Order: sequence, then C-alpha cells, then structure tokens
Amino acid sequence: MSTLIRCEDLWKIYRVGDVEVQALRGLNLTIQRGEFVAIMGSSGSGKSTLMSILGCLDQPTKGQYRLNGIDVGQARSDQLAEIRNQQIGFVFQSFNLIPRTSALENAQLPLFYRGVPLKEQRALASAALARVGLQGREHHAPTQLSGGQQQRVAIARALVTVPSLLLADEPTGNLDTQSSQDIMGILDGLNREGITVILVTHELDIAAYASRQITIKDGQILSDHTSEGRLPVEGA
Amino acid sequence: MRVFVWLTIVTALRVLARNRLRAGLTMLGIVIGVGAVIAMVSIGEGAKQAVQKQIATMGTNVIMIWPTATSVGGVRGAQGGAITLTVMDAMDLKKKIPVLTDTGWMKRDVLQIVNGHRNGNSPVYGVSPSYLSIRDWTVSRGGPFTQADMESAALVALLGQSVVDELFDQGEEPLGAIIRIRNVPLRVIGVLSSKGQNTYGQDQDDVVFIPFTTAERKVLGTLFLGSVGGIYGTTDRAEDMPEAVELIREVMRARHRLQGDQPDDFTIRTQVDLAQVQEGTGQTLTVMLMAIASVSLLVGGIGIMNILLVSVTERTREIGVRMAVGAKRTHILIQFLIEALTLSVVGGCIGILFGVLSARLTTVIAGWPTIISGDTVAAAFGFSVAVGLFFGLYPANKAARLNPIEALRYE
Repeated sequence: MSTLIRCEDLWKIYRVGDVEVQALRGLNLTIQRGEFVAIMGSSGSGKSTLMSILGCLDQPTKGQYRLNGIDVGQARSDQLAEIRNQQIGFVFQSFNLIPRTSALENAQLPLFYRGVPLKEQRALASAALARVGLQGREHHAPTQLSGGQQQRVAIARALVTVPSLLLADEPTGNLDTQSSQDIMGILDGLNREGITVILVTHELDIAAYASRQITIKDGQILSDHTSEGRLPVEGA
Repeated sequence: MRVFVWLTIVTALRVLARNRLRAGLTMLGIVIGVGAVIAMVSIGEGAKQAVQKQIATMGTNVIMIWPTATSVGGVRGAQGGAITLTVMDAMDLKKKIPVLTDTGWMKRDVLQIVNGHRNGNSPVYGVSPSYLSIRDWTVSRGGPFTQADMESAALVALLGQSVVDELFDQGEEPLGAIIRIRNVPLRVIGVLSSKGQNTYGQDQDDVVFIPFTTAERKVLGTLFLGSVGGIYGTTDRAEDMPEAVELIREVMRARHRLQGDQPDDFTIRTQVDLAQVQEGTGQTLTVMLMAIASVSLLVGGIGIMNILLVSVTERTREIGVRMAVGAKRTHILIQFLIEALTLSVVGGCIGILFGVLSARLTTVIAGWPTIISGDTVAAAFGFSVAVGLFFGLYPANKAARLNPIEALRYE
C-alpha cells in the first residue's frame, strides 16, 4: 500500500470577531491508498474543518498536508481547483445537484471543467450513471428523482473523473434507512474496486461500513481504530 | 476552452429561457437604448444626406458673393439692397485668382411672364452663360444661350420646368414659343432639367433665365450698366475653396477701396456654410436623442447588473458545487460575464430590430428619408456588448470571489 494522505501537525485557526477559534490543533493523520475511513466526532470537534482541508476546499493555517505527494498547503486557488478536479470526488449530505439540469449534465460537470470533448463527457457520464444503477434516468432533472437517486447522481458525478479520493460528507444524513443502505453499498463497492473513501458521519452504524474509524475531538484525534473484518454489506 | 465557452453560452440561454419574463424586463432598457440609437442615427443620416443632395443641386464648389446691407446715416438697408457689385468685379476676380476657374454673374427680379392667354409670376434671372455651368443648370431640351447671344442681347429665354407647366398646355410645344416679360417678346430656346426644391423648400424650377445683357438693357433695367445682384465663382477642387474665399476677399476689398477697419461691403458664402446651418438643427436633435439613448443604455446596464447580483445570490450553492468539482475562479467569472453578455446582446439584437423597424415606419408614415448603414448597426451591437461587459463585471467578479466552503453551506 502507498500513502495517499499525510497530514503533519495540522493547525487551523479562525478569527470570529475578537475570538480566536482553534478548529484543528496539531493533527497528524496518514491514510493509505485503498482505505475506507470513517471520521466521526460531535459538532464543533473540527471534523468539518478537516474535511474541507482534505478536500482541498480550504488550506491549513500551519502544518503540512500532502495529497498524492502534492503539497496542498502551498497551492494557489487555481491549483486547488485543479487538484479538486483531478484527485477528489465530493458527495454531500444535501446532494448539491445543480437544479433544473439533467442527471447526465450534472454527472458531466467535472469533465466540463477539465475541458473534455462533449461526446466523451457524455459517454463517461453515462457510464458513471450506469455504475450507480441509474441507466435510463440520464435525462431526469433532480426534482424528478428520489433522494436516494439524487445522491446516486452525486456519486456518479464524483466518480466520473476516476478520483484517487472520494470524500463523502454525511452522505446518508438526508436519506431513509433503505436508501442509506443502498448508498453505503455503492460506496463500499467502489472502495472494493480500489478507490479510497473517506466518510464523515456521526452515525455509528454508518461508520461501521468503514474499515477504519477515526474519532476527532477538540481538533485532535481522540481514537483511531482499524477493524479486523468488515460488516457484510447487503446488496453490494 | 472553446467547449467551455460554447456550453456556457448554451447554459446561459437556458437560464434566460427559464426566466423569460425576468429576462425580458431586464433587457428592456437595452432594447430601448439600442433601438433609439439606431432610429436616431438613421433619421439623422437620412436628413443629412437629403440636405447634401439639395446643396449639391446648387453646383459643386460654388462660392457666392452678395452685396452686404449698407448702413447710411443710421438706417440699415436690407441685404442686397445696395448695388455694389459689378460685372467688372467678376471678370477681375477670374483674372487675378488662378484657383478660381470661372466666374458668373446675375441679377434677378420677380416679374409676370405671359404666354398667350396664360400668365404667372416667376423670378427672372439675367445671367452670364458661365453662371449656368457654375450652378450646374443643364438644358434638357433645346440648347443654352451662347456668348453671341450675350453680346447681341438676344431676345431668348430658358424656362424652368415649373414655368413650362404653368404657362403651357399639356402637349403644347414650348420650344420656339414666344413669351412676353414686361411686354418684351422672348423666344424660348431651351427647357431646363428639373432640380426640385432647395434647402429652404423653394421650387428651384420656378425660374426663367435670359442673357444678362438682355436683362439689363431690355427687360429688368438697371441703375448703371454692369451692376449685378450676385457673383458666383467656382474652383476645380474642394480643397481650393478656403484659399479662393480669402483671395476673393482681398481682391474685392482692393477693388472697392476699403480701408483697414472698414467692414466688407459684400458677403461671401460657400455651400459648406449653408450645409452647416442646415446640419445645426439636425445636430441639436441628434444630441437630445443621444442623451435619451445613453440614459436608457445606462439604466439597462444597471438592470442587468441588478438581476445578475440577484442571480449570484440565488445560485450561491451552485457556484460552491461548481468550485468543488474543479471550476476555477476564471470559469465562474466567464460564466456570469457570458450571462450578462447574453442578456445585453439578445437585448441589443431586439433593439436593432426595433430601431430598423421604427426607422422604416418613420419613412413610411412621416415621409422622412432614413438611412440604416451597416456601421450604425455594428456600433449599436458594439454598444450592447460593452454595456454587458461593463455591468456584468462586478457581479461576475463577486461570484468568482466566493469562498467555496461558505458557498456550499449557503442556505
């Protein structure tokens, strides 16, 4: 296994008015390629901040973050956009699909910013939608899809660039139990195909899908536990 | 990048199509502004060309010299009231000023013209043959009078088309007919080509030309032989006109023995002067319409900026998502700029359509001549692009500067 993520002495300090908030306090973390990691913690623990930094949406105040050997802390905004485009796929709690735009076009979006020719964009996006079980729904708008289907479109969008890291921020937070199981099944399947998945959640049963559970508190890692085996996944 | 721009335009059009009423209202300012520019310029150009055409009927590169009103003992006479110009002046000017290729002279009076049982009042001009060529009068039927007619004070006349219509029955042959002016019988030797109205709306074809000598000796009479009502000069090239005007002033002052501070006793005018007077009125109108158009474009631009700011706020999350999947700041900037441009360009095109239509309507209903040139349409198009760019830049920049994390969390 090779190292995908290496965080050393990561600090993130915000200023809210006169108050200084230390969201991350010297956090160290290493994640190998192909891992399925769940990050847990109560609100205010710093897990969202860590998620933003791992997703290259934000940069640490202090310390070093290397993704695939790239020093993210030194990158400029355009370089961050490029790293996000090429290395990372996002899945959000609230799906975040672009409204009134078909599933296919939503899934095409990362390729659009990569400058891929239109035909190829369509072919890759169709394949990604098929991969999450949405063949035949390419031309449905988000409002014509159920919550679980919308989240699958979001996963297809994350997949379409074949990222080295898939970041899922509470992906089942807005879904019922059945849909949650479906989505986790898809994420697990992707991980078995070799994609590194980081899952942020506060639900233990969702975290149980991962092979490694990290708990964060007060901007530091409280516990880091790797399971021996995995839970059997229904429908995977 | 080409794929990106193309798809962004398609997306922008789709966004507009979705909010048709909103987009329509936003574009209204641009539509009115651009429409006003097109209508204004085409009407202005039409009027200008009409004036130029009328001025061209006076002949090309014509310099006119008239006697000035003179003040005698505090009483100011009407212009042309004094007789200060002579045939000798005209001949001397031609001799002394090389750029002046020809000079002609005339005197006029409005007299009753009689043909058999019909009669009418028309201006009668006694002119030198050179006057006809300088003022660009051509004879459509028959022939002009000659130097020999001048010298012998021949009893011949050229009639304008309006005079022919007035004095002769339909189908009656004017050539060779004898008309009477002040009981002097004159033989019609030619009919002039029609010139239409002049810039003051006078009928230029209501005219009778007779040789100058005939006029002063037999028809109009004179205070002293050789006095004229006006002298006309011409140059070969338009560039020589200012020089010719200056030289005419010098020669005339010398001939009239005017001392240093004495005012000229003559007035020199060129077609350019006349054209400027006419265009002055047009320009006032143009400036006013231009003001309306620019206010409208400004308001339209602000409307676009406003709706774009609303759009940026509404679509904050979308911007966040786009950034998360790899849109750079320039991508977001270009996306919103293209939306602004789409609004202003579509508005501009509708405006061009309206402008062309209203110009045509003006021609059909009011009968004003209008000219719609490609330049005008291109300029109006350019205006709408500029408005879109200028007023789109601020909202687009605002969108591009959003923090992706905050944008994603925006409710």
